[in-house]
This record gives sequence, C-alpha cells and structure tokens, in this order.
Amino acid sequence: MSSGKIRILLAKPGLDGHDRGAKVLARTFRDAGYEVIYTGCHQTPEMIAAAAIQEDVDVVGLSCLSGAHNYLYPAVVNLLREQGADDIEVIGGGIIPDKDMQGLYDAGLKALFTPGATLDSIVDWINANITPRK
Amino acid sequence: MFTQELLDKSSIMRKKWEDEVKKVIAKNADQKPRWTTVSDLEIRRLYGPEDIQNIDFEKDIGYPGQYPFLRGNQVTGYRGKYWTFRMFSGMGSAEETNKRWHYLLNSGQTGLSTAFDFPTLMGYDTDAHEARGECGKCGVAIDTIDDFQKLIDGIPLDKITTSMTINPPATILWAMYCASAQLRGVPLDKIGGTIQNDMLKEFIAQKTLMCPPEPSVKLISDTVEFGTKFVPRWNTISISGYHIREAGATAVQELAFTLRDGMEYVEDVIRRKGLHVDEFAPRLSFFFNAHIDFFEEIAKLRAARRIWAKAMRERYGSKDERSWWMRFHTQTAGCSLTAQQPYNNVIRTAVEALAAVLGGTQSLHTNSLDEVLCLPSEHAVQIALRTQQILAEETGVVNTIDPLAGSYFIEALTNEMEEQAWDYIHRIDDMGGMVKAIERGFPQLEISDAAYKYQRQIDSCEKIMIGINKYNVDEEVEIPFVEIDDTVEKEQVERLQAVKRKRDSRHVAECLKDIKQACEKGENVMPYCIEAVKAYASVQEICDVYREVYGVYRDPGIY
Repeated sequence: MSSGKIRILLAKPGLDGHDRGAKVLARTFRDAGYEVIYTGCHQTPEMIAAAAIQEDVDVVGLSCLSGAHNYLYPAVVNLLREQGADDIEVIGGGIIPDKDMQGLYDAGLKALFTPGATLDSIVDWINANITPRK
Repeated sequence: MFTQELLDKSSIMRKKWEDEVKKVIAKNADQKPRWTTVSDLEIRRLYGPEDIQNIDFEKDIGYPGQYPFLRGNQVTGYRGKYWTFRMFSGMGSAEETNKRWHYLLNSGQTGLSTAFDFPTLMGYDTDAHEARGECGKCGVAIDTIDDFQKLIDGIPLDKITTSMTINPPATILWAMYCASAQLRGVPLDKIGGTIQNDMLKEFIAQKTLMCPPEPSVKLISDTVEFGTKFVPRWNTISISGYHIREAGATAVQELAFTLRDGMEYVEDVIRRKGLHVDEFAPRLSFFFNAHIDFFEEIAKLRAARRIWAKAMRERYGSKDERSWWMRFHTQTAGCSLTAQQPYNNVIRTAVEALAAVLGGTQSLHTNSLDEVLCLPSEHAVQIALRTQQILAEETGVVNTIDPLAGSYFIEALTNEMEEQAWDYIHRIDDMGGMVKAIERGFPQLEISDAAYKYQRQIDSCEKIMIGINKYNVDEEVEIPFVEIDDTVEKEQVERLQAVKRKRDSRHVAECLKDIKQACEKGENVMPYCIEAVKAYASVQEICDVYREVYGVYRDPGIY
C-alpha cells in the first residue's frame, strides 16, 4: 500500500481557452495535498499523454468546454493505452451533455464532473478511487 | 452636496433608525452575517445623504453629454436611439450561420455580431491537426474569403454594422470584411462595425493566443492606424472586460483591468504610430459584462464612463470630446447561468439586461437560456432578443436618462468602485504597465484568487445559486439541444480543399511573402492582408506567417 501523494496532471485539450474551472481545480487539488501539474491551455492529446507519462502521474484530469470532448477525451485515453500507460486513470469535466457521457465512459473515462459538481465531491472521488502508484 | 442643516437633521434621524435596528436585531437576527454583491463587495444596510456628502455635483455628476459623462454620452439618451440589439451568433458552416443571421435580423435585431469557431479564433484552418473535433462547434467556421462571403450573403454592408469577436487573427477577418465590401463596390469609408482585437485580455483571461504580447499589440496598432486612415466608421478595438469577469474577476477587477488595458493601447498607438490621441481615440470601444448583482453592475458601468473620461482628458491630454466618451457593448453574464433548471436563466438574463440598460449601454447581447450547454436554438435566441425588445418598448426604463442618478446608494457605490479601480490602475502603472503586469502574472493571479474564493463560497452555501445549492430538483427538465455534428467538419474540409485547388497558388505565395516582409519591416500589415485574402489565402496561412516572424506564445498555466 502506497502512502505517497496523488499525482494529477490537469490538462486542457484542444483549442478551448476557458480555464477558470481547471485553475480552480488546480488550487483545490493543491490544497487537498496532491502534487499538481497543470499544463495550461491548448494541449494536443499527444502532448497530454506524453506529459502524463513523463510526469508519472496517477490520474489525468481533462477540461474542455468547446464541445470537442467526444474526439479529444477518448484520444487521450487511447494514446495512454498505446504507450502502455493504461494504469493512469483519466477523468474529465467541462460542458458535456448527458447524452455524451456514456460514450465517454465506454471509451475509458473513469469519471465525469459537470457543472454544479462541488470541489469536495471531486476530491472525495479521487481520494476514494485513485491510488498513488508510488 | 448637502447643506449642513440637512446633514444635521439626517444625522439625528439616522441615529434613531440605528437604535431601532439594534432593537429588532436583538429579537430577529439578520438571515446571514454578511450582505455582499456577487463580487463579495460589502453593501450597507442603508445609504443616506452622508454617504455622498463629499460629492461635487458639477465635477462628479453633472449632465449627459458633459464631462465626465457619468450620466451618459448621448444628450437625448435612449429617446434618440435605443441601444443596438446585437446578438452574438455563429454556428457550424457559414451558410448555416447566414440563415441564423437573417432570422435574427427579421426578428428585429439591429446589429450583427459574429461568433467564430475555435479553429478560426486560434488561427487554424479546419484541416489542421489542432482543429480536429472543433469545427463549427461554438461558432462559425471561416477558412477563406469564400466562406466569409457566404457568411454575409444578403447583408447590406453599408446599412448595418457588424461586430466580430476575433483576436489574434483579427487583421485577417477584418481584411475579409473589407475585401468583401470592396468586391461589392461598397467603399471602406461606408462600412461600420467592430473587431474585438484586444489581445491584452487574451493573455489575462480569454486565452485565444498566438503570438507574444509585444507583436500582438503591434498588430493591434496596425488596425487602429488603418482604421483611422481608411475605415473611419470602424471600431478597431473592443477593449473587453466581459471575459475578464467570466474568468472569475470581481466587478472592480473587471473595471480596472479593462480600463487599464485601454490605456495601454492608447499609449502604444501614440508611441508606435505617432498619432495624436484624438486621431484615433473616438473609435476605441469597450465591452463589459452584465452580471447578476443588479446595482453593482449599474454602478460599475457609470464608474467606467467617469474613469475613462478622466483618463482621456487628464492623463492623455485629449481635447476632443468624442475621445472622452466611453462607448460600450454589454453581454449578460454567461457564468451566472446554470445548466440546472435552465429556464431560470431567462430571468437571470432579463435582470442582467436591465442593469446594462440602466447603466447606459450602447449595444447589448442577451444570453439564451440554453447557452450554458450548447449553441442557442432558434426558440431560445428569440426569447433572449425579445427580452431586449420588451425592456425597450414596454417597461418605460428608456423614458428618462440615467434614472438612478442621485440615488444615495448608486452614487456611493459608483464612487467606491471608481476609487477601488483607480487603486488597481495605479498599481499596474507602478509595475510598468499592463504588458509588464501580465508578464509577472498579476491580473491573472488576482482573477484566480477571486474565482477560487467564489467557488468555495458557492460550495459552502455562503453564496447561493438557485438550482445549484438551493431549491435543487432531482429530475431535470430536458431542453432541445443544438448539435453541430461531425459532417460539418468533413464538408468544411472539402470546401477548403476545393478553394485551394481553384486558386492561383503562386499569387497566394507572393501575398504571403509580402505580409512576411511587412512584418519584418514593421510596416502596417492591413493592405497586404486584404490582398492576400482576396487571393484566397486562408486564415492559417496568414497566421503561420505571424507565428514564423513573431514567435508562438504558449499559455504558461498560471493558477
């Protein structure tokens, strides 16, 4: 059993620049005692997967509000799998219509947090479901 | 403002009231300990004459059309002309957007406002790797002037003004508009509109990024110079606070950072282009948020007018009254709307729109109830437009100018916000200006602090949002959804490829070379952009020239 800190990569895939939520979460996760790497905006799925592996994170959190999540989120999951990093969990948030959520879960996203989710509920989920790998 | 006799009388009456308050509170405590605006500004239980006793009526309040324009620029107010009903709109292909535009015009909208998709906003063509999955999803996809001409099909460019929300590629989209006008025989001095073209707030908040701050500001100066010389009815910058506020800033931060951005542009154009302030300042325009705290927004907009007038006359020595006017567009706050119980958003938007009107806006966009989740449906956008029309035609708020002037509360709050805004402005001055402040992350971190604090206040129920943390329901009502599916991207790529096949590639290459040389020599890029877009150069092809010459700026991820 690991007693290390949870390492999370927070990323904004695609061209969407609405980063208020991602930044609030970065602080929240920092306050929750995680090691937080925030990539900033405009990351391709390739950049995110590479950063996740290089930083050896436990979980990747994706934030997209532009409507491009159906392409971008599964792309990140697939790239991690292709590179043998399928033990890195991927969760997401943003503007995700209900009807898209099952498709994203089927693609391998482990959790999706949409408008109205409290900060504590996200931290609680991560604490309950993500084990630090180191 | 008031005689000593009145103040003395008021003091006695106030003391009596305060004593009664104490008695009531002893038995019936206030529902909560703090009563604040959504920006967490504390509001007093009551305002009276003593709260504005130091106001100088002549210097601080005055009359419409008189410095410092607290009560407005237009001497006849809304009786002369309502604010422009200008709905931000764009969806999928140019053809689909054109249809929506005609719908809005036929529904009584009086000005156009363009929402572009993310690839266009970020200077990528639809077939770029970076653009995958994004085409048309949050606005219209424009790759070349071929798309642009479809977008404005049937729009009389000499009769209606068009705003374009576009920042790094603003020179290019404006070039398309200008070129399209010329191709139709409409001279450039007859077209009117606005390009947002405000990069400072991109670095601070909206984050459509391309080149570093210095060259970004240079390109903006090019548009100001070109507009001053050739397109006199065009507002070449819409100095924006909307996005700063959406990113989580307080109302005072929105006010201060927006106005200080404006000052930065003024200083840059004077320094870089050698223009006199009065040659270009009358065509600077602004864009504010209308958030949910009703009185805070009204006070903010009034303070904005007064601050700008003072800055222009006192700080920059402007002599032309038209330079002292603050002309602005307003949009109701997207971040105040909820995905839960979305019909409640109609009420929020209505209250926010009313605040914008009582604040004296020149132009207004009202959000649709479904914009929390998707692009607006026809039905939802109609309600949003009708909101403005009902305000203008039914409520009587347009009958009189600046109706809240003289209110103890509003004048006190206006003063307080102006004072706090000047504090921020001077702090940024001390840092060496806004570009320097951005480089050290100052406005970004102020906004981050405010956004985080607000979210914590929502989560703890210190601040309430109906449907989120009070009066929640388990079963949500379903609303119709506008969907932009992936065929839009496929068809747009085909269109782009067809244009590239048909055009004279050598001519395009020459045009791009000319733009590159202009950039390298520090010449004004606009004439070269107009030539290039006429030759069917694409948005990305021109942006790639900028990237090559000026470098690429990456979001540093400050939080």
